[in-house]
Amino acid sequence: MEVFEARSRSTLILSLLVFFSLSFRSSSSLSSSSSELQILSAERRIDLASHIIRVVLSLKVQNDGEFPASNVLLAFPPPQAKHLSLIQAAELTGKKKKKSLQPLDVKPSDHADGPNGAKFFSISLRNPLSTGGSVSIEVSYILTQSLEPFPVEISQSEPQLVLYRDGALILSPYTIKQQTTVIRTPTTKVESFTRVEPTTQMRTELKYGPYQDQPPFSYAPILVHFENNNPFAVVEELVREIEISHWGYLQITEHYKLVHNGARHKGGFSRVEYQSRPSISGVSSFKHLLAKLPPRVHSVYYRDNIGNISTSHLRTSYSKSELEIEPRYPLLGGWKATFVIGYVLPLQDFLFESDDGKRYLNFSFGCPIAETVVNKITNKVVLPEGSKNPFAVVPFSVERHAETSYSYLDIVGRPVVVLEKENVVPEHNSHFQVYYDFHLMFMLAEPLMLTSVFFFLFVAAVAYLHMDISIRK
Amino acid sequence: MTWHHSKSQSQDLNSMMLQESSSVGQRETLSSKNQKYFLEEPEAPSLFPISVLDKSVMVSFRVGLKSSIMVRKSDALNGGSKSSLPPVNQPSSQSDLSSLSKHFSFRTLKLKTKQQELLIRVTILGLVYILAFITRLFSVLRYESMIHEFDPYFNYRTTLYLTEKGFYEFWNWFDSESWYPLGRIIGGTLYPGLMVTAAVIYWALKFLRFAVHIREVCVLTAPFFASNTTIVAYFFGKELWDSGAGLVAAALIAICPGYISRSVAGSYDNEGVAIFALLLTFYLFVKAVNTGSLAWSLASAFGYFYMVSAWGGYVFIINLLPLYVLVLLITGRYSMRLYVAYNCMYIVGMLLAMQIRFVGFQHVQSGEHMAAMGVFFLIQVFYFLDWVKHMLNDSKLFQAFLRIGVTCALGVGVVALGVGTASGYISPWTGRFYSLLDPTYAKDHIPIIASVSEHQPTAWSSFMFDFHILLFLFPAGLYFCFQQLSDATIFIVMYGLTSMYFAGVMVRLILVATPAVCLISAIAVSATLKNLTQLVRVESKPAHTVLAKGMNSTKSLSKQQASLDESASFLKKGAMVLLLGAYYLLSRYAIHCTWVTSEAYSSPSIVLAARGAHGQRVIFDDYREAYFWLQQNTPSDAKVMSWWDYGYQITAMGNRTVIVDNNTWNNTHIATVGRAMSSYEDEAYEIMRSLDVDYVLVVFGGVTGYSSDDINKFLWMVRIGGGVFPVIKEPDYLVNGEYRVDKGAAPKMYKLSYYRFGELTTEYGKPPGYDRARGVEIGNKDVKLEYLEEAFTTSNWIVRIYKVKPPSNRWEIYMDLVDESDGDYGYDCGAIQLDQATGNYKL
Repeated sequence: MEVFEARSRSTLILSLLVFFSLSFRSSSSLSSSSSELQILSAERRIDLASHIIRVVLSLKVQNDGEFPASNVLLAFPPPQAKHLSLIQAAELTGKKKKKSLQPLDVKPSDHADGPNGAKFFSISLRNPLSTGGSVSIEVSYILTQSLEPFPVEISQSEPQLVLYRDGALILSPYTIKQQTTVIRTPTTKVESFTRVEPTTQMRTELKYGPYQDQPPFSYAPILVHFENNNPFAVVEELVREIEISHWGYLQITEHYKLVHNGARHKGGFSRVEYQSRPSISGVSSFKHLLAKLPPRVHSVYYRDNIGNISTSHLRTSYSKSELEIEPRYPLLGGWKATFVIGYVLPLQDFLFESDDGKRYLNFSFGCPIAETVVNKITNKVVLPEGSKNPFAVVPFSVERHAETSYSYLDIVGRPVVVLEKENVVPEHNSHFQVYYDFHLMFMLAEPLMLTSVFFFLFVAAVAYLHMDISIRK
Repeated sequence: MTWHHSKSQSQDLNSMMLQESSSVGQRETLSSKNQKYFLEEPEAPSLFPISVLDKSVMVSFRVGLKSSIMVRKSDALNGGSKSSLPPVNQPSSQSDLSSLSKHFSFRTLKLKTKQQELLIRVTILGLVYILAFITRLFSVLRYESMIHEFDPYFNYRTTLYLTEKGFYEFWNWFDSESWYPLGRIIGGTLYPGLMVTAAVIYWALKFLRFAVHIREVCVLTAPFFASNTTIVAYFFGKELWDSGAGLVAAALIAICPGYISRSVAGSYDNEGVAIFALLLTFYLFVKAVNTGSLAWSLASAFGYFYMVSAWGGYVFIINLLPLYVLVLLITGRYSMRLYVAYNCMYIVGMLLAMQIRFVGFQHVQSGEHMAAMGVFFLIQVFYFLDWVKHMLNDSKLFQAFLRIGVTCALGVGVVALGVGTASGYISPWTGRFYSLLDPTYAKDHIPIIASVSEHQPTAWSSFMFDFHILLFLFPAGLYFCFQQLSDATIFIVMYGLTSMYFAGVMVRLILVATPAVCLISAIAVSATLKNLTQLVRVESKPAHTVLAKGMNSTKSLSKQQASLDESASFLKKGAMVLLLGAYYLLSRYAIHCTWVTSEAYSSPSIVLAARGAHGQRVIFDDYREAYFWLQQNTPSDAKVMSWWDYGYQITAMGNRTVIVDNNTWNNTHIATVGRAMSSYEDEAYEIMRSLDVDYVLVVFGGVTGYSSDDINKFLWMVRIGGGVFPVIKEPDYLVNGEYRVDKGAAPKMYKLSYYRFGELTTEYGKPPGYDRARGVEIGNKDVKLEYLEEAFTTSNWIVRIYKVKPPSNRWEIYMDLVDESDGDYGYDCGAIQLDQATGNYKL
């Protein structure tokens, strides 16, 4: 599907050409595969309100085959699969009033790729679906960096327009009896959208469908061009250091590389315009970011490599703390800012002892700043000196390795558990655990070292004062 | 008992007296006697106890004449001291042993007098040490742990480079980020002492596993060395006068604003360590002169080496020391001690100093260092003559020889100097040196030196501000020094007088004068206080004894005593009042110093603080906003043109290439920038194109009322630019001899500062475009830019950055050029000048 490779090309005409050629191709490959499963009804809701695209897909799957099916496959076009940050599925059980969701396991499938490189994810059902049986599944997934600014560069007085590409039909290896897709835009300002009849526009909602009896891998690309002035705050790299001190605190240091990932700023930046006409000047820029920190946070700082940034506000309450940070300058499209946030938390809120005598840290994984995408996050948990056998339990797949770091008065160094993950969204802010063994004697090592140094210093002074080492008598 | 003496004789005497007399009063009287003696003879050689005792007898006699009781006491002292002669000559180890056993027996926790005195002295010194450090932390408390001002940013940047890349890379560093397109050889054009010091501290801390950032080390380097300076001041004061004066000197210098102004936390500048090195060198040299010891002299040479590596102010040392030696020679105080001290210090110090690349062979080639060499040869001649005199043993013959010898020596010296200067081997004095000797020189000849505010002649108010009561104590201290002239006091007098002269020439040299002023004032304070306390304590005790022994005394004696008592009590009261007065003055000094430190000298000048309408603190962080914007949002090879003041900050914080910076080594380059700043936009555009400038940065205070902005510095750009390019004429920028912004021609500076400023209302009730820094409404509100566009303006408009547009079309520019040259006669001239000036850069 060349259309996705043409992403980077910014001319509408070209992409439209490709789009036409593609719709022919997709209709010609209707009878590519068949399956025993079929989808009775599917509803997809795409939320384009911010730069993080949240999609909810409700499926009703029926098994028409001879054998019970234990997996349901989801198909994604390759660019979506690349920008897929998080995918969750749940089974909907119960009648209308007593609906409940049972989480299901979703894994990248080891199936061969579908036509045109479509990637599969497989949902493992709780109970294999018997012949003739049906099941309701709710899938929610999050796409990042899938809104393409168009025009690519805007001046200070222009609003930010973006393109969203998807299919009007849900890509699936199964036949879909009936389906609709609803796209919600942040405002009513939609420049243009592809019509695949029946298509209706209701204020901020675009509704594609319902479409009946679509064969597997049906595809009808659509393009929505609309205004989105929400902050496109992307953290290119986030390094979090979580340092445990058994003297009662948890020191967190977060290094950010922030960028405004929307339409690039073009031409000059006029302060007088920006100050006097904020509603029409630099509307896509952002000045503030809000970080949600745990309660009882203290010693918060916000600085960069040339010093303290004095524009931040901390609001603490019983249940949460909010840190409003303001970069040194407003971030217009393409502008960057690097900074560091640090804070201290009481240890007893986060460190516990498990039944087998191990200690474990229970801390949130993701970026505390609201509505940001993190391209790469590195969580470094620095355990106290003398800790042994550390291992981490994380609810999603991460890359992990170990390091040693040296801090105040360390001799053997502190073990560090490093957890890395790419493409992280606020939904990743779940807790992870790091288990380790630690003997309390190690706590006393450093104070003992210090006191002995001073002791020997004084002894030396006393000895020196009471000794006559001069040669002359 | 704080005035007890550390000199070994006095302690021995004291301890003996202790054993002899049971009454506490007697003991104190006696000890004050001893002290009196030491006051008169501060550096009594410790090898001759007998002569010392004789003198002390004499002294006590003189004091004792005042009253019969005193006479009796001094008699007792005489007897005591005479009887104590044998024990003095006894090996001291015995008494040490006994004291040791006494101490270890723990029979009594009471310390001996010597130990008490030591304890108090060490405690006071420790407190002064800590005080000197923490009083400099106001800047961290008021603002943050950051590097201040302009030059420290360069030092910080180089230190960072040194710690990251190592010493070898640092030494060979060619910096292409400054002085574009010329670049700067950093390793060969800086004093590395400060950076190496900070890096060594950093590496040591890192080795001990203290996880500190290099910035913190740099911020705290100056306070740390200020603390060390107090210790040196103590020893210096002790060497000059006595340990009391040393303690007072340490306390005074710890909080003296003249020193604090350059050594607050964050003021990471050469002066921070240099004053320590300066004082250390002087102290060690004086010590060497006093003792004639080769070891002290060698130590002094190493102190000098450290000073040379740290600061260009070492020229002061290398001129003051020969001057001092010369004065000693003239006053007939020539001695072997001086010969040893000066020769060793000069030769070794010179050889060591040559190891610093920036200094190189200046010690033998530069006119500023010739005085030291001349005195070196002179002292050899002196020694030689001394030897000849000794050998000849005939005064007539010697007179003749002297005449011939001196004439020859002088002739050879003059000829050598003349030949050296004429052949260019000895370089003439530099402009900076001239400007020190003649305060008006810079104003007429070197505008770049005159333009710096810290190079202005000092106003009386800043003397008062920086020295406070020391300004009055200084003459008093000089009096005491002259009263007891010795080699050491002659030195401090000369140091004080010369440095005070230089402090008068340049504001920033107040710093060099500060240690001398503190030391001399400390002598005044210490001597006065000692005299007064002596009066108070000496008089009270005899009165006490009189009461106790009154029964035995005869009537006539008691009458005499009564009159004596009257005068004594009057004296005592007067002394008490004077003591209180001194206490009041010193406490005022402490209060003044703290106030000055916290209010005036702790501002980093990068971050500006002001009071808002409701009394809240408003912070203007515009500089860092702009520099950080440059760092993050411009191409990494962008060249930024600004006035040279901001060069170091842009390279350190913005990490971008600058055309000129605070190093000011190339006047032509700065003049080119000055010319670009003071030309019309099209002419400036040509200059900027020739220098590859991408961004132009100007500082503008019209919105906030910040007065040290580029418009107020503008005339200096014109002067410096005009100094090299005569096409720039100062009168062109003045209206009726007055510098105005509200009307007249529109040079480029105005345009950049005031671009779109006319649309902004800065103050309620004033028309739009009201410049708050100058208090006028600007004349030209509709500023249009043709070749530049606004790239960024900080939130309070203090820093404005413009992007230089690429040439849109060659034909257009050509047309413009034709138009301009047709209309403007002056432009052709300018273009030729420009080619000459920038011809070097076009490779």
